[in-house]
Amino acid sequence: MSNFGLLRANLHRHPVRTYLTLLSVLVAFLLFGLLRTLAVWFGSGPAEGASVDRLVVSAKYSIIDMLPISQMNAIVGVDGVAAVTHQSWFGGNYQDGRSFFPKFPVEPRSYFAMFPELRIDPAHLDAFERTRTGAVVPESMLADFGWQLGDKIPIEADIWPMADGNRIWEFDLVGTYTTDSEGQGGVFLFHYHFFEEARGFAKGTVGWYTVRIEDPDRAAEVANAIDVTFENSMNPTKTATEDEFGKAFAAQIGDLGLMATGILSAVFFTVLLLTGNTMTQALRERIPELAVLKTLGFGNARVAWLVLGESVLLCVVGGVLGIGLAALFTPVATAFLPQFGPSALAFAWQTAATGVGVAILLGVVVGAVPAMNAGRLSIAEALRRS
Amino acid sequence: MAIIELSDVHKTFMKAREAVEVLMGIDLTVGEGDFVALMGPSGSGKTTLLNIIGGLDGATAGEVVVADANLDELSNRELARWRAATIGFVFQFYNLLPVLNAQRNVELPLLLTKLSGEQRRRNAQTALSIVGLNDRARHKPGELSGGQQQRVAIARAIVADPPILVCDEPTGDLDRENAEEILDLLQILNRDHGKTVIMVTHDPKAADHAKRVLHLDKGKLVQEVAA
Ligand SMILES: Nc1ncnc2c1ncn2[C@@H]1O[C@H](COP(=O)(O)OP(=O)(O)O)[C@@H](O)[C@H]1O
Ligand SMILES: [Mg+2]
Repeated sequence: MSNFGLLRANLHRHPVRTYLTLLSVLVAFLLFGLLRTLAVWFGSGPAEGASVDRLVVSAKYSIIDMLPISQMNAIVGVDGVAAVTHQSWFGGNYQDGRSFFPKFPVEPRSYFAMFPELRIDPAHLDAFERTRTGAVVPESMLADFGWQLGDKIPIEADIWPMADGNRIWEFDLVGTYTTDSEGQGGVFLFHYHFFEEARGFAKGTVGWYTVRIEDPDRAAEVANAIDVTFENSMNPTKTATEDEFGKAFAAQIGDLGLMATGILSAVFFTVLLLTGNTMTQALRERIPELAVLKTLGFGNARVAWLVLGESVLLCVVGGVLGIGLAALFTPVATAFLPQFGPSALAFAWQTAATGVGVAILLGVVVGAVPAMNAGRLSIAEALRRS
Repeated sequence: MAIIELSDVHKTFMKAREAVEVLMGIDLTVGEGDFVALMGPSGSGKTTLLNIIGGLDGATAGEVVVADANLDELSNRELARWRAATIGFVFQFYNLLPVLNAQRNVELPLLLTKLSGEQRRRNAQTALSIVGLNDRARHKPGELSGGQQQRVAIARAIVADPPILVCDEPTGDLDRENAEEILDLLQILNRDHGKTVIMVTHDPKAADHAKRVLHLDKGKLVQEVAA
């Protein structure tokens, strides 16, 4: 047996209590891992798939507000702008919402010209352009949903019912495209003209524009020129790089940074109380045993270290498991982020390192007082009480 | 040669702000290889005296020299190290760690030595075989009888090969038959392994196993009877 064996044996004294405490530590660090990953994502630079020569133009005060399509011509006229296309958030459910994927009405030709990383067979693009109710999807979605070209795909509207009150939009699957970039994948694209004709309200509007600029070094200047153009119109705009736009969209869901801090504080406070209680209890019921260790010649410092080690071990095991789970869940969490946020979530090793550091700290904070008491314990008195 | 030498030892406890003098000038010499039984009424200070001899508690006044060490002069840390090397303790209620099996309980004192894991295991097995419990090595204290637990405790007390065994009512919680076994075991350790044994007991029969019987009453050693 080793010192470590002694620590482990002590933790097995009340397996249920130990595992419950471990679970609470684990959950705290799972949350920590996921929220840190989100925070890292917000703070990251342009990620894979985000282009530096593209800007996104959205409504100034809320990304959810629509913009008039008439702005497109004005944007093309801004100095430094090479091309423009637009997209809109359609929402909608396929199969009662059991499978989520974003759906955008777009102008086929200008859209695929804007995003060369989305590769489409020219014949499919032609078919898409010709077919009023046409739709194209990433090739991988065919297998995911068992679709074939020529299928009719019904989508139930939530935001956009048709003008005649019908909520079911039916699209003809006329083509597929491929992409290497995770962030841009998974979008169901359909014809803007069909959307424009059939929708019941807000005709003549789009969600946001994507703009290609001639010179990436002038991105800030061009973005500013676009915003100045519409500054005093009914529809002022906010122009950002693709990467900023993706993050702004996610931020709209809630102030994630603040929320994360709030949640983490509450969770760690609770865990501190729980583990603190566990360790205090563990110490109280073990006073005679600690006294016996001292009679055997274990020094005060050694006994204190044993108690501290137990608390650190508990927190580190819980922390490592929680952070490991967070790393496993990160790809899953990515699926719940807006698909046009260009960067995918990535679990950073810094998050793991910080987490382990926090776990050790938690163990020390929780174990410090019991450890000091254990070290100070007087043998003769402790034995008399047993 | 004397291995335990106490001269004019006093011990006073503070009880509800009142000083209670429990030991009032104890003079005691125990030779190497002796087997001393310490008797006396409950509350007479027997445990207190054993604690002082074993370095678990300090005397209020007087000199305590055990195995060539003046205990008063040792720091806490030195005292712990001295205890590990010098004294094996056996208690009335065995005081084994319930989460560890017999083998691991016996190995505990060896965690303080430089022995390898393999050597610790082997020494613990040897100690268990001396008390006749090799076949119970993997049992936890809760799975052993009182007599067996006390034998594990004795194995733990001798595993680091200390010269002195300090036993506080080692048979106080056992039936006659088990008590006899434990006393025989202590006698063997004294006779064949050269351990100096000092044992508190209430049982006159237990005292029969000792070479010397001391009586403690009202804080004083009142008589010494040759066994
Ligand atoms: N730490 C202590 N604080 C106060 N009183 C104590 C303490 N230890 C022992 N005593 C008192 O000293 C006396 C002797 O106790 P003890 O040595 O345990 O007696 P015995 O072992 O002979 O029964 C008792 O009256 C007991 O209450
Ligand atoms: Mg006593």
